[in-house]
Amino acid sequence: MSWQRQILRVNLTDSTIRAEPLNMQWASDYIGERGLGTKYLWENMDPEAEPMGPDNVLIFATGPLTGTSASTSGRYAVLTKSPLTGAIACSNSGGKFGAELKYAGYDLLLVEGRAEEPVYLRIEDGDVSLHPAKKIWGKTVWETEEWIRQEHNNPMLKVATIGIAGERGVRYAAVVNDLHRAAGRSGVGAVMGSKNLKAVAARGTCGVSVDDPKRFMEVTSRMKDMLAGDRGTRGLTKYGTNAMMDTMQEFGGLPTRNFKEVQFEGYDKVDARAMLAIGADGHRNLVTNTACFGCTIACGRISHIHKDHFTIVNRKEYWHASGGLEYETAYAFGPVVGIDDIDACTFAGYLMNEHGIDPISFGVTLAAAMELFEMGVISTEETDGIELKFGNAQALTVMAEKTGKQEGFGEVLGLGSRRMCEKYGYPELSMTVKGQEFAGYDSRALQGMGLGYATGNRGACHLKHDTFEVDMEDQTGSGKAEPCKASQDWQAVVDSSGLCMFTMGAWGPEEFAEQLDADSEGDWTVDRMTESGERIWNLERMFNMAAGLTSADDTLPQRLLKDPAPSGTAKGRVNELDLMLPEYYRLRGWTDDGQPTTETLKRLGLG
Amino acid sequence: MARSLAMEPDKCTGCLQCEIACSFEHEGVFNPARSRIRVFEFQHGRLAVPYTCTQCEAAWCQKVCPTGAIVLDDQLGAKLVRTEACVGCKACAIACPYGTIEYNPLSGKVDKCDLCGGDPQCVAACPTGAIAYMETSLSGTTANTTAEA
Repeated sequence: MSWQRQILRVNLTDSTIRAEPLNMQWASDYIGERGLGTKYLWENMDPEAEPMGPDNVLIFATGPLTGTSASTSGRYAVLTKSPLTGAIACSNSGGKFGAELKYAGYDLLLVEGRAEEPVYLRIEDGDVSLHPAKKIWGKTVWETEEWIRQEHNNPMLKVATIGIAGERGVRYAAVVNDLHRAAGRSGVGAVMGSKNLKAVAARGTCGVSVDDPKRFMEVTSRMKDMLAGDRGTRGLTKYGTNAMMDTMQEFGGLPTRNFKEVQFEGYDKVDARAMLAIGADGHRNLVTNTACFGCTIACGRISHIHKDHFTIVNRKEYWHASGGLEYETAYAFGPVVGIDDIDACTFAGYLMNEHGIDPISFGVTLAAAMELFEMGVISTEETDGIELKFGNAQALTVMAEKTGKQEGFGEVLGLGSRRMCEKYGYPELSMTVKGQEFAGYDSRALQGMGLGYATGNRGACHLKHDTFEVDMEDQTGSGKAEPCKASQDWQAVVDSSGLCMFTMGAWGPEEFAEQLDADSEGDWTVDRMTESGERIWNLERMFNMAAGLTSADDTLPQRLLKDPAPSGTAKGRVNELDLMLPEYYRLRGWTDDGQPTTETLKRLGLG
Repeated sequence: MARSLAMEPDKCTGCLQCEIACSFEHEGVFNPARSRIRVFEFQHGRLAVPYTCTQCEAAWCQKVCPTGAIVLDDQLGAKLVRTEACVGCKACAIACPYGTIEYNPLSGKVDKCDLCGGDPQCVAACPTGAIAYMETSLSGTTANTTAEA
């Protein structure tokens, strides 16, 4: 019921716009958002298509709960074939755009082809049109949002856009909506740029209804109370996700200086407490917290930079507050590049949002470049005179801007870690899986995390499985395959619901099932949803196999498999992927070389 | 004693749960575009400001209405729109200094906050206590900010 039962298909090659009925069978089998988008991708493109070519398809998908009164109901996902990994890309985002798309009357937007000249798409309820984007091509994310609202004299338009990085094909360019929320990973913004699609602007007044309104209001209200009563969730409100920095430091799982180390001496200068600390002059990094659509947690950070800091002292345009550090940005601009300057990290974060770049991939690519620089492989001649050394905060902010604008050495960094390291002849220094850079968890300390990274359908990713508890209890590889698989399947469910994964500390499967059941037609049980999750995971895998990936891609860099952790609780350990992977394949019902068997596919309705 | 809604922008996170709840209460669907309360965001999300009808004592919307469609509910202290009398002329929307009475193109009439008959749903839905329902004589005073303490 909460579906609008309608999708929007836009072909940029011949400028056609068509509303189509939502395939309700697919919504029933794949839930929504990530799952539904995967199914639409699978049915609408050849997985062998060139990611930056016209045959790739770009999907914006909402979930069944998007736009409802459920807490965190603002999620949508962007799906496509990734130019970073060559595998399926699925990046989700919050903010206000996703709910607005649904309110405009569309559950999903499917973009195909390639426009001859830059365009943007405007959706105001049933009134949908393509417009020339020549005037905003080359403009930043922040400028574009403002320009489109003014152009259409509608301050209520919500905008998802790319920056210059996406236009210029940075392999890890993001789609940014509402100034600082992003479908960040795997280069979904580069695909948008390759289609000459600058932005999608939406305004909706249609509203959404649910299957059982009375029950839904009762259930979602109870679920909000659960979130409010959960200690860990309250921690997110107060500290944001960067509370994780201290945990990883203590545990010895904080990737430092391109994963040469696992603990960072300057961690307490860039962690959540540092963001909250008030300096002698009264300055505090954190200004306030902020929420995405419908979110009663509000983990978002709004920060500002000290006006005397070298990054902005002569640049008044950055004296305002803006989106602050999350754990992953703090890790990617802090430990992994050896930098402990919170203002520089915050500024680099602004630049990521402003130019539309994934901070994780940028930071980890920069870390590899720094290692190459210190080895003497890259010289200052190439870096426009910048000393690309670990710990150099100026190198971070200058390179963030150069990458965002695709100037000088920023063009090399825009290749991503794998392509850049291959270019210099040191592929082993690339801290990636399937070409996607690692998040801030070292898999020598967290074994199951390593298995999740290696088998991740979008490459290295910390958001598609959750083995934290078992990883912290036991630091060997044994017994990790089962929780890895189970959490991958359940995460696929959560990512398909329209709700945010940061509720998972408070909400177990029953809580998600209860909300979905009150929201949607039919009976939604934990079992049915878990099976859908497994179906989604396997369909993603099928896409990747059809795209040419093999079990050889389910691996980790040698540094994590051969070089023991130098300190921390996992000192002396390497990741035991060899032990975990065969068991994982067996549990998945896949062959020894990682292919889903006919029986498995048949069981899941995929054969 | 008349009561009205008092809002504290400092507590607002911009989550829009108030708009979601308001639209559900009045329209039976989740539709912030039809909410009687609005949250405005400024300065890159640094400020989020909830705003709705203050139930003005001398209400301009009421004064300009040519059909007498806006009436005072003595008990609630709320100005209510008698939809059967509203002709959709929008004079009230023009007269309101705060822009909190809006024309609804679907019904052809105007919508405004009616305090949900004394149980405002935006207050119930707000996760941070940024919206309080209090005696009108106290709203806008320091009692406003101490009400939650």
